[in-house]
Amino acid sequence: MATFPQIRTRHFFVFLVCCFLTYSFWIYSVPYFKPNQLTSREQNLVSEGRLVLQKYNCHTCHQIYGLGGYLGPDLTNVYSRRNQNEDYLKAIIHSGVRQMPAFKMSELEMTSLLAFLKNLDATGNADVTKYQPESIGTFTLTK
Amino acid sequence: MKNTGIWFVRIAFVLLIAGLLFGHLASESYNQTTAKDGVMGFLSLRPLHVSCAYLGIISAGIGFVSMILQSRKSTTFGRRLQYIQLALWVLALTGIFHSYFTGNFGGREYWEFDPIWAIPLFLSFIVFLIYFLHQVELKEKWPVYQWMWLTGIIFFIFTFVENYLWVIPYFRAQFITDMTIQWKVNGSLVGAVNQLIYGVAFYLMEKISGNNKTSFQKLSYAFYFLGLFNLMFNWGHHIYLLPTEKYIHYIAYGVSMTEWIILLRIFYKWSGQIKENKQHYFFFPYRFLMAADYWVIINLAMGILMSIPAINLYTHGTHITVGHAMGTTIGINVMIILASAFYFFKPSFKNGKALKFNSTLFWIVQGTLFLFLISLMGMGVHRAIWQAGLSTDSFSQMMDGSKTWSLSFITAGLLLAVSMGYFFVYILVQSWRKNRCPAD
Repeated sequence: MATFPQIRTRHFFVFLVCCFLTYSFWIYSVPYFKPNQLTSREQNLVSEGRLVLQKYNCHTCHQIYGLGGYLGPDLTNVYSRRNQNEDYLKAIIHSGVRQMPAFKMSELEMTSLLAFLKNLDATGNADVTKYQPESIGTFTLTK
Repeated sequence: MKNTGIWFVRIAFVLLIAGLLFGHLASESYNQTTAKDGVMGFLSLRPLHVSCAYLGIISAGIGFVSMILQSRKSTTFGRRLQYIQLALWVLALTGIFHSYFTGNFGGREYWEFDPIWAIPLFLSFIVFLIYFLHQVELKEKWPVYQWMWLTGIIFFIFTFVENYLWVIPYFRAQFITDMTIQWKVNGSLVGAVNQLIYGVAFYLMEKISGNNKTSFQKLSYAFYFLGLFNLMFNWGHHIYLLPTEKYIHYIAYGVSMTEWIILLRIFYKWSGQIKENKQHYFFFPYRFLMAADYWVIINLAMGILMSIPAINLYTHGTHITVGHAMGTTIGINVMIILASAFYFFKPSFKNGKALKFNSTLFWIVQGTLFLFLISLMGMGVHRAIWQAGLSTDSFSQMMDGSKTWSLSFITAGLLLAVSMGYFFVYILVQSWRKNRCPAD
């Protein structure tokens, strides 16, 4: 027969697991309650672009919202960094620069990757200088 | 092959040795070559280094837990389960490294291999769970470390499935949610592995002190639940910059701050800790546990500060984060693994010269690890200043500006790899010489 403290440990364990599962499934349901504004074709392209990023292991050197490698610049807002940006990005990817090698991507892969980067750029800002720390220890986007 | 646990430990040390080698090569290529240059470029070396270290730590956790559980009872069913688990693990590792060496990527950060190899890895953990439940007495009161192992196994399985939700288009449909889940997984998986490793550390402390009451004390359970609470809900501190739901950030901030309790308790018990350190100093397994304790203080303090969003804003995406990650994996996890390995394979040195030599190397490991982390901090501060807009340099100029720090990082890393590598090789050799388990 189980002892009293053991029952309490088990109950508390199960309680925390239930809280964790609720929290997890709540996060999974976010796309359901906040559907995307993109067309189905755009959506597919963006989705494929994310896989192209994985296939060429871009995150080994680059970051997105500060998450990833340290060798190259953050890619979050790279799409809007300069005019004629798609041509510029294509050139960099095809021919490489400094430590970045040239990647031989198919036309479809390149289109998908650019669609992903465009969509990524629209999600927010990863420039630290655009944020303001607050007295309670948090920060907000100000600019 | 009577003991499969020992084989997991051997695999772990082979992986950790390979991790040191690939880590050094990656750091060299980081500085001197392009990402695809040479036999293997940075694009392959970084995943190889990370996977060797990560899978090495997981293998060691499985190995030590299996060795301890194996000593409780031996049944044909249990032995079969262990063989199946080991076979699946070896199959997964073979596939993973084949994937890396052939440049067949497709996975995500820390798990860049072809996702097909996640299947045997997952199945291996399912078999491990069955084996665990088969070996423990379900009706008895469990020591806290047994709860930690169960937690580690269950959460590894759950988060590992979560790790591959991205293969379903629904989860890739919204980038922000996808990224939130990705870093929820990365945070919780580390927590799950830590539960396995810290559970082994708890077991060792109980055996070394000879006091098995601590594993049943209410305070021990309270700290276990605090750790579990953080495993479940503090992962959001990885993604403060990501424009996800605000409540995720607030929950992570609030939960992370509960770790102050752990830090304050360490300081409260400080004098007792020093007394205990002096008492067991010459017992090698204890010495590595002692080192892990001190690295816990440094890394916990760093981790708590970095969990404050306003500080995280400036440290995030810099080498300060890498320093924290390296500090916890090498300073805490590897020290516990070495403590466990010495406990199971070579608890003491009868020869005074051997003790002196190994003591010197022990301190070289600690010293070079400290320099290694300082170098990463230097690189991190340099980048943080640039990120905060306090420097007008371009990205390339900023990177060139931290060459001195990266050189110091490579030098300290090489010394650390050589000194720590010695212990890995030594333990590997001892595992064949003294095929025994004090848990028996």
